[in-house]
Amino acid sequence: MTSPLKTRKEMPITPLSCPTVGSMGKTGFWRIFRPEINYSKCTRCALCWVYCPDAAITRQEDDSPKIDYDYCKGCGICANECPTKAITMQREEE
Amino acid sequence: MTQTIIDTANHLAGYAAKAARVKVIAAYPITPQTTVVEKIADFVETGKMDAEYIRVESEHSAMVACISAAAAGVRTFTATSAHGLALMHEALHWASGSRLPIVMAVVNRAMGAPWSIWPDLSDSLSQRDTGWIQFYCADNQEVFDTIIQAYKLCEDERVFLPAMVCLEGFILSHTYAPAKIPDQGAIDSFLPEYRSGWVLDVNHPYSHANLVAPEWYMEFRYMIQEAMENAKRLIPEIDREYGKLSGFEYGGLIEKYKCEDADLIVFTMGTMGSDAKLAVDKLRKEGLKVGSARVRVYRPFPVEEVKKLVEHAKMLTTIDRHISFGMEGFLASEIKASLFNQKDRPLIAGFIAGLGGRDVTSETIEKIVKKSQKCMHIGRVEKETEWIDLRE
Repeated sequence: MTSPLKTRKEMPITPLSCPTVGSMGKTGFWRIFRPEINYSKCTRCALCWVYCPDAAITRQEDDSPKIDYDYCKGCGICANECPTKAITMQREEE
Repeated sequence: MTQTIIDTANHLAGYAAKAARVKVIAAYPITPQTTVVEKIADFVETGKMDAEYIRVESEHSAMVACISAAAAGVRTFTATSAHGLALMHEALHWASGSRLPIVMAVVNRAMGAPWSIWPDLSDSLSQRDTGWIQFYCADNQEVFDTIIQAYKLCEDERVFLPAMVCLEGFILSHTYAPAKIPDQGAIDSFLPEYRSGWVLDVNHPYSHANLVAPEWYMEFRYMIQEAMENAKRLIPEIDREYGKLSGFEYGGLIEKYKCEDADLIVFTMGTMGSDAKLAVDKLRKEGLKVGSARVRVYRPFPVEEVKKLVEHAKMLTTIDRHISFGMEGFLASEIKASLFNQKDRPLIAGFIAGLGGRDVTSETIEKIVKKSQKCMHIGRVEKETEWIDLRE
């Protein structure tokens, strides 16, 4: 990545980072296990959305979760937190 | 209306936080600091102060809570001593690197082992390189006044750095003395609403103090150095401006006493500066042309002012209530470093005194000056560092 800043005078006094989608590229390929949601078991409690450390889960209009596989690294926290076991981890195919 | 009270320096630090309208206090008790935050807890609990008081589980957390609150856009305060300050060390760098104008009272206490609750300056001087501005006070009034001045300085856009206001444990912390608290309206006009270089905003989220690659890190360090240089210029201005409303001025970076015609100048920090003035008066009666220079601001160090101050002096004496093991006291090192490139510079004799709260009276200082006077007469310093009142 290249910075648009060229001199010290343009710099802020301390580094401040604005959140952007995928500033480090698509990290989903790191994944070994893939979380899969069984929507018939999901109660829309949104705990997976709260706990996802990569903000790779969004809430849809009906409040059901949706996983963004471009960025989900497959850590499994969502599956661990899901109170109804609606999320299971499946090994990625080669 | 100005109010005259008789109270301890610790309580005055509490009064200063109240007068500065601090909004978040995060604190953990430690002797001899505890009564600072007890006083504030009392103010908050009885509704005399509109602030959030966060009780934390350690000094590290106290500093991190202050960092967070300052980043969220409010004025913050904490206080600590010795091992509490040492535990905070890592967070001190985060505060200055994030350029947050936090003010903290450090009630100086000697470091263990062996345990001591009595004062020396080794706790705060060990934090020399954290990017914090450091003030050292000589009396209760100065503690109150310096905390107010520190907010004014730290929240200046040319500075945006945190500051420690240091006062020696027990000599000041628990000692009652009269002090004047200026009118709240006058303080409010001197110290406007909290200002910082950046504020967290939930509507425009960003994170701070992130990873910076080698191409940019040095520039952030340079900006802190620049801010320190700016602080050096601003401190005397702020001291004078505050003096107009309070009636008390402290000489800006260095409190000078009878230095104009002095052959020998005694450099001290903290309360020793008051005893040094008594010693100067006594020795002047004996015909010795001596002056006292109390370094009030240790970071940024007043290099230029030291150079100018000692232009006509033949001999300098430094008294450190501190030792950098394997070297000498920091004050001695800094004064020597300040003068090295001067063509004609006076001799410098360094003395270590008062560690762990051992009493340093004006008589002790007279004794030190007389030893230095001998160096001045023979034209050389045989012992770079001498420990005073040591059981040999």
